[in-house]
Amino acid sequence: MPYGPHTPADRARMLATIGIDSVDELFSDIPEGLRASPLDLPPPEPELELAARLEDLAGRNRVDLASFLGAGVYRHYSPAAIDQILLRGEWYTAYTPYQPEISQGTLQSIYEYESLMAELLGLDVVSASHYDGAAATAEAALMTCRATRRERVLVSRAVHRHYRETMATYFQGGGLDLEEIPLVAGGPAAGTTDLVALERLLADPSRPVAGVVAGQPNFLGLLEPMAEIGRLAHAAGALFVAVVEPVSLAVLAPPGAYGADIAAGEGQPLGIAPQYGGPYLGILASTDALVRQIPGRLVGMTSDVDGKRAFVMTMRAREQDIRREKAASNICTNQALLALAASVYLALIGPHGLRDVAALGASRAAELERALAEIGVGRLHPGPYLNEFVIRVPDAPTVHRRLLDRGVLAGLVLAEAEPDDPSLADGLLVCATEVTTTDEIARFTAGLSDLLGDRPAVEIPSGRGAGRSAPGVASGTPR
Amino acid sequence: MSVTGSRLQPTIFEKSSPGRGGGKIPHPPNDALDRIPADARRSVPPALPEMNEPEVVRHYVNLSQLNYAVDTGFYPLGSCTMKWNPKLNEWAARLPGFAGLHPLAPDAIAQGTLQLLFELEAALAEISGMEAVTLQPAAGAQGELTGILMIRAYHRAHGDLERTEVLVPDSSHGTNPATATMAGFTTVTVPSAADGGVDLDAFRAALGPRTAAVMITNPSTLGLFEARIGELLDAVHGAGALAYMDGANLNAILGRFKPGEAGFDVMHFNVHKTFSTPHGGGGPGAGPVGVGSKLVPFLPGPRVLRAEDGGYRLERPAERPTSIGRLRAFVGNTGVLVRAYAYIRAHGGSGLREVSDDAVLAANYLKVRLAGTFDEPYGDRACKHEFVASAASLKKATGVRTLDIAKRLIDYGYHPPTIYFPLTVEEGMLIEPTETEPIETLDAFADALIAIAGEARSHPELVLEAPHATPVRRLDEATAARQPNLRWRPMAGAETPCPD
Amino acid sequence: MVPTDLRYTKDHEWVRIDGSRATIGITQYAAEQLGDIVFVELPDPGKALAQGAVFGVVESVKAVSDLFAPLSGAVVAANPDLAGEPELVNAAPYAAGWMLEVELGDPTELEGLLDPAAYDALIAEG
Repeated sequence: MPYGPHTPADRARMLATIGIDSVDELFSDIPEGLRASPLDLPPPEPELELAARLEDLAGRNRVDLASFLGAGVYRHYSPAAIDQILLRGEWYTAYTPYQPEISQGTLQSIYEYESLMAELLGLDVVSASHYDGAAATAEAALMTCRATRRERVLVSRAVHRHYRETMATYFQGGGLDLEEIPLVAGGPAAGTTDLVALERLLADPSRPVAGVVAGQPNFLGLLEPMAEIGRLAHAAGALFVAVVEPVSLAVLAPPGAYGADIAAGEGQPLGIAPQYGGPYLGILASTDALVRQIPGRLVGMTSDVDGKRAFVMTMRAREQDIRREKAASNICTNQALLALAASVYLALIGPHGLRDVAALGASRAAELERALAEIGVGRLHPGPYLNEFVIRVPDAPTVHRRLLDRGVLAGLVLAEAEPDDPSLADGLLVCATEVTTTDEIARFTAGLSDLLGDRPAVEIPSGRGAGRSAPGVASGTPR
Repeated sequence: MSVTGSRLQPTIFEKSSPGRGGGKIPHPPNDALDRIPADARRSVPPALPEMNEPEVVRHYVNLSQLNYAVDTGFYPLGSCTMKWNPKLNEWAARLPGFAGLHPLAPDAIAQGTLQLLFELEAALAEISGMEAVTLQPAAGAQGELTGILMIRAYHRAHGDLERTEVLVPDSSHGTNPATATMAGFTTVTVPSAADGGVDLDAFRAALGPRTAAVMITNPSTLGLFEARIGELLDAVHGAGALAYMDGANLNAILGRFKPGEAGFDVMHFNVHKTFSTPHGGGGPGAGPVGVGSKLVPFLPGPRVLRAEDGGYRLERPAERPTSIGRLRAFVGNTGVLVRAYAYIRAHGGSGLREVSDDAVLAANYLKVRLAGTFDEPYGDRACKHEFVASAASLKKATGVRTLDIAKRLIDYGYHPPTIYFPLTVEEGMLIEPTETEPIETLDAFADALIAIAGEARSHPELVLEAPHATPVRRLDEATAARQPNLRWRPMAGAETPCPD
Repeated sequence: MVPTDLRYTKDHEWVRIDGSRATIGITQYAAEQLGDIVFVELPDPGKALAQGAVFGVVESVKAVSDLFAPLSGAVVAANPDLAGEPELVNAAPYAAGWMLEVELGDPTELEGLLDPAAYDALIAEG
């Protein structure tokens, strides 16, 4: 056994102390008819061989492509110090800080995480973490029902499909209703939440709404009229949940500024690697008024018996080990180490660095948009975006596959990701970040141009972003 | 001498100085954000700390040294299985091929990870005797929710809409009833028998046409194997209900008991317990779920499947309409699962069985060494990988409680065991040594506990006022809960003195 | 000995009768069992109470306990001091730590309450 310390002499001593001859006697209470068949697994491998096996498996993934894929998980530069800190055994091999006297490291780092996120989000109460953005959004939706004692939640169709699906799963148990708010089909606000439809959905007095959920930027990369959505929600007595991307909050108005009661989101962009799906960082925060409704751990500052500052998990009676069937959520294990990674990222990058990350991404995305326009490929939606948008490409699934062969991961094929929306059938959701290079953009556009043949350049609508959100210029249409 | 470092730190906010930091990210063009509408822009920059790299690193190094961890020493936390976290696994998870892969990457460029996940599912299915496994749930609690939602879907698919109750023993982990509530069920708590196991009669009385499921931890949260599990499973199935096993204590029975073979319909694994993935200060973990054939149609999607060309692929959307859906945005906590995979392959079947043998041997050794020092409510029978001791008699005789003993253990250099869980034991201590602790450590720990019991009689104040050597001691948790200070505010922070 | 001018329930609530009104709280025994109380959740004025039903929750640092209505009636007032000073329940459970004032719905229910001696016996059993 690779990590076990017991020699035959050790085992013999333990058996003798217990007063038995064989360890099998300690399993004699397993009824004979229920004893296991032998474990049929591949034989054990010493570290040298196992390392080779793992390297071989990792080598079969391709991560060297020019990637323009975002859709909820983003490539960002992770400063080298983060991983070196995270590899300290005192961080990653510690347990939940139930004994605060010997866990002040973890506890203070969580308090600092809560504080950093509170500042970024403009909200006062931040949970110590949830599993990922989707689970956090689902918990946020359930919070609105608990807090308002209503049973109906409206979620914009422009919230990530996987988040909506997760919400639907979490809603299976509660006798609660989850309804989608449609998107504007055409015109300057195409691809954003339809406010007229939202108002209509909120207006039914027999079916009061607990919460309205919308994302900023939304899944299609577009900026949403969050303040207006919040106003409509509050006017109907509903709470407003904003689903947000943390890097963007360096430059975009935070949820606290536009009246969100709850914020949820994915913290992966804060220095956490993509890792094929997780572990990530579910961000969940709320106003002070909702502190008793927020699920998950909370760490607070206090003092010890000698008056020294100290940190401790607090308001524990809300949690499952104490409240049991009355707990708001069953969450126990969270994503603590990832919250640490995000904190270290923010501490290293700083507010100006974070702003630069967001602004560089915006700049590279504009560069991408221009380069694509030059080869005749335009955006599907005209509205303002930060660093992600949808382009329209004929036979997008085939083009995507062919570009993959050329070493370009051309974003997300929306025909497969959003099959119910015919307006997205030719769409590719592409993004750029601070790590996207001009060379990568050139490879993308060169490959795309080869596949599509000669096309006239399309115009990028001017006047966007100079003041107001919704100018009346339509996007260019490729022939 | 403190068991941890002692350099308390001001917060990063107090270490900030305007103009510090930088040098990580190139500067963007000045007009980069001009096209963003003003009404969408942030008007006040976030007041995040400005620090240079050396100060950031020192901050987190010093903070880390205030933590006790498995890498520091013995961590006999019952029910948590604080076994060694292999360093190979940290290296493996960080391989760029694994770490750099986007979850929406086309199957063609994700074959290595897809193969790993497929093989891990098969291994866990074999270990548990289940038909199929999902790796999607992010933690044991999310695995529980997955399992109970599948049971709900199963009954509804059979037109059985009246099953509204989930039965749990009173010794169950709090996540079990909390899960039942999240899934829309009422929890019925069934008292345990005097020997700590399930009270069969009480269960039979509670089982009926309204029972959807029974949630059992086996071995129980007392570290005892349910000898009556066969009859219980028969009764559950006889009532038309399904049986869920909380697999938190799987470390006791690897190679000895396969829940699926024995008749459980569904169970979750805690890979951060049984399969050595590190606890990270509270997470991440992963909670894969194994199911028997009844529940396969309801597994969350997308599943990992074999492709026609012999490779691997993710299930396509809507490929399996009976699925309960997804519990999270993507396929799973893959980074954690890479570590679990490596652990299982390092051990093989023989190694895993040895893990349980040694875990159970060590626990029984400690139990025998401590008998007579503390009450052992179930001491007359062998335990599995953990056992419960009680300070009830000691408290009566000396006034010293389990909480005090736990704090005094810190002075002796150990993380205390789990205390006051399960709730059914008065002044309880749940002790789980795991299989990776040398016998010298076990002996030293037993000696420490025996010494503390002696101190309780001769110098009780030593125990009652423990810990003595840690940088902070006996925190004011009441004020923390009554007047929560949950985030740094410049004024509020200054009220509590900043360490020098 | 518990205060002699009060009546009690097996769930460790006390009741002070004043005509058609009653004041309700939890006993010192209950407060001691819970430890430092950090939060009390009480119903709003006007809310109807049913005898034996849960009307609120009391939380300590490490525990939570339902509050069971000893009598039926309508809530007249909840103790406004408990929001800011839940520790009053520990310090003065029968006085400043009172929880609810109710208008009695069914005075015959008073007969079912425990008298001080009976409650003392109950907590002596442990």
